[in-house]
Amino acid sequence: MALIEAERVALRYGGPAGTLALEDFSLTVEPGEFVALVGPSGCGKSSFLKVVSGLHPVSAGSARLHDAPIAGPQHGIGMAFQNATLLPWRTTLENVLLPLEVSRDHRATFRRKRAEHEARAMALLRTVGLAEFRDHAPFQLSGGMQQRANLCRPLVHEPEILLLDEPFAALDAFTREELWGVLQDLWTQRRFTVLLVTHDLREAVFLADRIHAVSRRPGRIVKTRAVDLPRPRTLATTFEPAFVDIVHELRDEISRVRQA
Amino acid sequence: MSETRRLRLAPWLATLALVAVWEIGCRVFAVEEFLLPTPSASLAPLWEYAGAIWHNAVFTLWVTLLGFALAVVFGLLLGVATGASRLAYAALYPMLIGFNSIPKVAIVPILVIWSGIGAVPGVLTAFLISFFPIVVNVATGIATLEPELEDVLRSLGPRRRDILLKVGLPRAMPYFFASLKVAVTLAFVGSVISETIAGNRGIGYLMVQASSSFRTLLVFAGLLTVAAMGIGMYALFAWLEQRMTGWAFRGQQPIG
Ligand SMILES: Nc1ncnc2c1ncn2[C@@H]1O[C@H](COP(=O)(O)OP(=O)(O)OP(=O)(O)O)[C@@H](O)[C@H]1O
Ligand SMILES: [Mg+2]
Repeated sequence: MALIEAERVALRYGGPAGTLALEDFSLTVEPGEFVALVGPSGCGKSSFLKVVSGLHPVSAGSARLHDAPIAGPQHGIGMAFQNATLLPWRTTLENVLLPLEVSRDHRATFRRKRAEHEARAMALLRTVGLAEFRDHAPFQLSGGMQQRANLCRPLVHEPEILLLDEPFAALDAFTREELWGVLQDLWTQRRFTVLLVTHDLREAVFLADRIHAVSRRPGRIVKTRAVDLPRPRTLATTFEPAFVDIVHELRDEISRVRQA
Repeated sequence: MSETRRLRLAPWLATLALVAVWEIGCRVFAVEEFLLPTPSASLAPLWEYAGAIWHNAVFTLWVTLLGFALAVVFGLLLGVATGASRLAYAALYPMLIGFNSIPKVAIVPILVIWSGIGAVPGVLTAFLISFFPIVVNVATGIATLEPELEDVLRSLGPRRRDILLKVGLPRAMPYFFASLKVAVTLAFVGSVISETIAGNRGIGYLMVQASSSFRTLLVFAGLLTVAAMGIGMYALFAWLEQRMTGWAFRGQQPIG
């Protein structure tokens, strides 16, 4: 059974005359898959993530999670965005713990299980190389370090699904490529399902099992490309002809979409 | 001289410069003392009437701080309400704006009718004049959550109370402490206005008494006293702001 199932979804912001962000958008994601969405700016990629997380209802069609209609915020979903939205008055560790403190599923037992939760958070921080910085404030971390902590936060409550909206877009090329590796490690260890929105085609090919290209607004999927490169992928992979071919193929498709 | 020393000296030097201009101006243009006394002459009554000034200043300080304390409590409550609930915002904001637009001088006579002459109108005027900036700042701090952070939080299915306590309020604290600095100086304006209109004690009352007997020197001594108290309280709350919300001043100083 599919984990996420969007069928002919339409999404309109505002009243009947409002912006139509998605139309006829169909996508199925199986548990444990790593799926990337690419497409021109403003085509509705972030909007689709809002549909999956239950932050915005669909205007037509159906969006289902575990075969149940998505209505309102869902259990077991973590999100991270382009800007690290760490709380400046909390330490790195406290920031990573935040979802456990406020989420419907964990807040009741948060205090009692504090030690267990901290151990979980520390395990994540170790994976991304931030263990020594647990007690630092966000402004004492570099941009890349903040983004790593920002990746740990949605994972601490061990969600089934991780929604990533251009998580590395604000970083320099070196840090970005380093974090691809970090994210791939986390995913390999834990096998959550990922829906990644990105503008960086190399990033999509590096990370994803499957890439969907989205048309101009109103967005719908115009091309699907499976990526069958072996894992773990490394920076060396990005120079292999197979990798480069997929990137070119996607680039051609996107420029066609943009001109259409 | 190092940058920090220069910054530290700057306010003193600027104040000295103002005093110097005032002193020299008065002497050069031979301004009559009952119109505008020189600062050096205004200092004399600070000694001469030290007892009366001290007595009235302490009274004004208490009245101001009492009104200010009320303003902090109500300002926080109203700020949280209007910041956290769009309904409360829509319902209360126009009223608050209207209220803030009324000159507080016009309210003092009403307060006197209600509570007679004395400390109460002073406390209430200080309260009324100083709580508005607190409300606006707290509400702004809570209501301007970054949309991305809001999405992250909402996707977790939290209670509104948790968002308010763990994100909204901490986020509003720098705004809150910044508003305290302004509000406390406004509170002095309120209490002194009230004392000049309807007081029987306090610096404002002292100044009215002095002016009705043309003791201009004493009036200016009173003004200097109010200004000094205002600066003192401002400095206190500026210090408190740095202590409480150091994280919002990153880069300016390391956190402790
Ligand atoms: N809250 C909103 N209210 C009204 N319109 C919106 C809202 N959010 C997005 N839109 C509109 O919906 C369309 C799709 O927006 P969306 O953010 O999903 O695009 P995107 O594919 O994520 O673009 P980008 O790659 O630039 O982030 C845009 O035309 C945008 O103007
Ligand atoms: Mg977007």
